[in-house]
Formats: sequence, structure tokens, C-alpha cells
Amino acid sequence: MTTLQTPTAGLDVASIRDDFPILSRTVREGRPLVYLDSGATSQRPRQVLDAERAFLETHNAAVHRGAHQLAEEATDDYEAARSKIAVFTGAEPEELVFTKNATEAINLVAYAMSNSSIRTGLGPESERFAVGPGDEIVVTELEHHANLVPWQELCRRTGATLRWYSVTEDGRIDLDSLALTERVKVVAFAHQSNVLGSIAPVEELVRRAQAVGALTVLDACQSVPHMPVNLTELGVDFAAFSGHKMLGPSGVGVLFGRTELLDAMPPFITGGSMIEMVRMEGSTYAPPPQRFEAGVPMTSQAVGLGAAVDYLSAIGMDTVFAHERELTKVALDTLREVEGVRIIGPDSLEQRGGAVSFVVDGVHAHDVGQVLDDRGIAVRVGHHCAWPLHRRFGIAATVRASFHVYTTAEEVAQLADGVRAAREFFGVA
Amino acid sequence: MKLEQMYQEIILDHYRQPHGAGLREPYDAETHHVNPTCGDEVTLRVKLDGQSVQDVSYESLGCSISQASTSVLTDLVVGKSVEEAFRILESFQEMAQSRGKVPGDEEIIGDGIAFAGVSRYPARVKCALLGWMAFKDAVARVKEEA
Repeated sequence: MTTLQTPTAGLDVASIRDDFPILSRTVREGRPLVYLDSGATSQRPRQVLDAERAFLETHNAAVHRGAHQLAEEATDDYEAARSKIAVFTGAEPEELVFTKNATEAINLVAYAMSNSSIRTGLGPESERFAVGPGDEIVVTELEHHANLVPWQELCRRTGATLRWYSVTEDGRIDLDSLALTERVKVVAFAHQSNVLGSIAPVEELVRRAQAVGALTVLDACQSVPHMPVNLTELGVDFAAFSGHKMLGPSGVGVLFGRTELLDAMPPFITGGSMIEMVRMEGSTYAPPPQRFEAGVPMTSQAVGLGAAVDYLSAIGMDTVFAHERELTKVALDTLREVEGVRIIGPDSLEQRGGAVSFVVDGVHAHDVGQVLDDRGIAVRVGHHCAWPLHRRFGIAATVRASFHVYTTAEEVAQLADGVRAAREFFGVA
Repeated sequence: MKLEQMYQEIILDHYRQPHGAGLREPYDAETHHVNPTCGDEVTLRVKLDGQSVQDVSYESLGCSISQASTSVLTDLVVGKSVEEAFRILESFQEMAQSRGKVPGDEEIIGDGIAFAGVSRYPARVKCALLGWMAFKDAVARVKEEA
């Protein structure tokens, strides 16, 4: 068994691990859990669980309605969470909309554009979101289905055309593969690929989109949880991320939209608490973010996400990124040594985060995953909701290891040993 | 160790040397099934001869479980009446979906009982059934067209 020690300066992983009760459990007949699937969902520290419980035990009420004391307290906690997340991501609180998850956040933008495209009964301010035949929506070949299918559907409903940047052999967005024209209305792309780990050249893509007057939508699901991200400095128009990938609860995600855009954008889901005035003949709507938060929202989850942001901020996102960088190095270095392993994505640490996907010659990803699972190692196997990307590499499925602040180098090193065992078991060693 | 319970030697044998693999002519119906969670695919053809299964041919992209299971399928159903083939299918499916509760009847499903261990892993049950469901669908299509 490989043993490696690569401590990141200032990070006490052992004491961090004490905050995550689940990490001390065993799986599959007493094996210690080695959780390398944080890209799918991260685990939650006691501080997040406690914050949710404390909220529910002391302040729970429906927010933004009711005048009693609990309603006030609940609303304060809910809005305080929004403010914390705003500071964490370099945004203003009113630029952040709570959604069910990142998928819903991206759909919110796509459906608001869809609604704008119908035009009936909307003011001139929504015209900038309208698309139709002749217009183009641009994505990339490496997108998670959540940042692809909503745009396919928007195109289907409006007659716009979907186009995409292709991906290079080493897993980067090929900027030469597409030239943007004035027809492009949206450029939507992932900040960090959930499969390849590659980090997109955000500045350049934003520059190109702005040059043709297109809106930018950033899928930040794999960046906000793992590195310092300042959405305002990035210059994107919209961004989406989810709570459960950043040590927070599931059931809460965030849409970021620049104030000027959210002000002008029509709603997606309509109903209670998103209105300004309702008459039988029609209604007017509240300013953002309330306009986009119809119905009683998730509250303990938002509060929990606020606690997750506190937790990450106390460690520091630079430290989180540095730690995951060390882990990625260990993964790449040790996997490279295993015969028959091919890394899908950048084989260097350049502009790269901590998702490491690979195939093993002669052993299907499912079977590799099963052998790893038998050793207590939890990884993701399959296409990771990026089927076109896998097709581009001519493969059906990959094994993906992904990390967070509680992952140790020793755990990551067990991966290569497990892959060796899989090769042996299936007789390809 | 649990791994050996799941990957019985019979499964690994079928995986390494699948029976009946490849797409053949003539055929009455062809189906294409995918496992959306992992992207595994099988294209399967059925040739019936009156009320019996004359040939099952296939091309698949998938894990050892799905490949071996499709291989076992061809061994079990080719040459049988459609009625008998469906009885085998139902028996195999019942075992595969039983979460380890139904050991499988070797009299009916032969080598298929090797997949009893797979039924303990819910995420892999779809793998074991991929080729079988493609077969069921293909026969149904032949009957629809008849």
C-alpha cells in the first residue's frame, strides 16, 4: 500500500474530519469509509447540522410573511444567510436568489428567457432576454446535463439554435472551435468541469460574449465549493451553484444575477410572495430576489448553507483550493503509475481543480467502482451527467474521484491500489 | 469477501468469452436499450421461428455484469419456445430484483443463478437486466408487427 504525506500549510485535516460524523463510519463489512465522491455531493460538518437544528428548534416560521416574532426571526436568519453567501461569492445580497438546486437556478434563467420570448404583456425591459429563430445559444461540449438540457429545451421552444464549443484532447474548451456572432444571445459554460477538473478561461469567454452582446451564464457548481470565487470580478451575468456540494444541505441552490438583469427579468415560477399587487385581471411582481422566490422557500436549508459558508470561510478558500491541489497531484501521480489507466482530462495541475476521471483498459468503470466499493472507497462511475463529453472521448463511462477539505492524501493514494486490485481481479494485470 | 459472491466465476467466464455476441441476419426485430445512469448500451436482434426463438444476437457496450448477463440470456432462450423464454425471463428478473431474497431456480435459469449475488447491489440490478429487457422488448415488437 502506498503511503504519502502532503500536508497543506495551515490545514489540520484530522481535526476537520472530527467535524464530519459520517467520516467515522464503516461500510461493506467493517471497512473505513474512504469518501472520494464529493463532486457528486459533499458531506456536512456538525456546524451545518447544528445550525439547521437550532433554527428549527428556536426560530422556525414561514419567512417574508406574518408579523409575529418567530416570523421576524426566521426572516432575519434566512436573509442573514443570503448576506453571508453574498460576501462569500463577491455579490450583493439582492443579486442572489435561493432555488431548489443549481439545476433549477439554470432553468430559472432559461424559462425567464422563454417567457420573455413570448412577449405578450411584458414591458420593453424584458426584450433583452427574448430569443427566437435566427438567434443562437452557445454552450460547450463538456457541460453537465444541467447546463445543456435547459438550453436545448429553450431552443426547442423558441426556434433558436444551439451551438457549442468543442473540447480538446486534453480536456479544455477549444476556443478556436467556434466564432461568436451578433446572433449569439447566451454563452453558458461550466467554471470547472465536473468530469475533467479543467478550469474554464472565464475572462476570455466573458470578453468574447460581451463583444457580441451575449449574456453569460456560469455553472459554478464545481468552483464555488472548491476555490475562491468572486462573481462580480469574473464579470459574468448569471451564475448557479448548489448547497450540497459545498458542505451545505441539499434542497438549496443559488442563482446569481447582476442587479440590472434581475431587475429587468420576468419571473419563472409564479405564485405567493413573489407579487407586488394581485387583482383578478392580472398581477405585478416584487423586486428581485423575491420575484424569483415564489412560495414558502427552504429556510433551514438556507440557514445551513450560511453555516457552511462560515465553515469554509474560517478555513479559507485559498487553503481549500491548495489542499485539493495537493490531493489532485497525489491522484494523478499515483494513477499514472498504474498500467492501463488513462486520465480523461488535464494530466497536469495547470488551471485544474480536484475532479480526476479515468478509464482502465479492459475493466469497465462500473466494475472498477465495485472493486473500490468492496474496499470501502466511494467513487462515482458512469458518465457523471456529461454524456456528450464522454461520447467525445469515445468512452461510455469513467471512474471519477473527487475531493473536499476533509479528504486526506492517504485516502487518495488508496485509489491506485484499488485500481491495481481491480485489474488483477478481472485478469488484465 | 463479498466481491467473489457478486462476480461468480461463471459471470467472469461469460464476460471474457460471451456467447452469441455480434449482430446477425436475418432478424425480425431489433431494439436498442440504454442504462441512463451509466451510459451502457445494448443493441439486440431477435429471430423467431414460428413460436420459438431461433436466434438472439447482440452488440453491447457495458460492464461485466451486463455483458455476462446478455451472454447467459442467449444460452437460455435460443431454441426455446417464446412462452418458455418468457418464463425464464420472469424467473431471472424476480431473482435479480429480490435484493438477495430469491436465490433463483437453477432448473429454470441455469447459469443465471450466478447473478443472485448481484441482486444485493441495487445499483447493479439494471446492469443484469439490460439485455433481458432488450430481448423482451424485441419479442414484443415482433408480435406487434405480426
